[in-house]
Amino acid sequence: MSETKRTTIVLFSGDYDKAMAAYIIANGAAAYDHQVTIFHTFWGLNALRKDELVPVKKGLLEKVFGKMMPRGADKMGISNMNFAGMGPKMIKHVIKKHNAMTLPQLIELAEEQDIKLVACTMTMDLLGLQQKELMDGIQYGGVAAYLGDAQEGNVNLFI
Amino acid sequence: MKSNKVLDAKGLACPMPVVRARKVMKEMETGEVLEILATDKGSVADLAAWSKSGGHDLVKHTEEAGVFTFWIQKG
Repeated sequence: MSETKRTTIVLFSGDYDKAMAAYIIANGAAAYDHQVTIFHTFWGLNALRKDELVPVKKGLLEKVFGKMMPRGADKMGISNMNFAGMGPKMIKHVIKKHNAMTLPQLIELAEEQDIKLVACTMTMDLLGLQQKELMDGIQYGGVAAYLGDAQEGNVNLFI
Repeated sequence: MKSNKVLDAKGLACPMPVVRARKVMKEMETGEVLEILATDKGSVADLAAWSKSGGHDLVKHTEEAGVFTFWIQKG
């Protein structure tokens, strides 16, 4: 093998199933010895949210946003057949049945495999999310940080 | 076939077989053979592609009663 290859993924979606696909590809790429970056923007940021309520100072609109968005990967809805929350229950049931990994487990595995998890700071401001509300050990950046990785990427995905 | 290490990935779903394979392979020496047991049907294509990309040699694979066995020589 020559030099290290790179995979970069933009996770825009806040859907459980789409985030699962992103994290499976990311973990697979890490197994290919790629240097992997997942850049979380807009609804994808919710995958990085801590599941507990973090007391932070916020404006009214930001509070509303914070309430309406899922607090953490496990609370995310699915892109199809969500059925007001029944869908995610069903999908988690079949994940267990087939011994596949849940989204929180995939995120944990990504951290173990040194996948770079980046939160887009501009969309964090838009959605009123603060660093304290997101997982520890992640990185923060903007479009230039993403492009810096993506321009050397062998695999670039937008999910 | 002789192997230096055995990885039991039975029951594990994508992407775990390759994730585990990489971890074990990292600790092995060039020329050593890793034997992998898996039940994920995608693992046949997955481990073949993974071996090729990593410069390893998939020497042989068999299937018996739903269990796939792979012998991969580290390159």
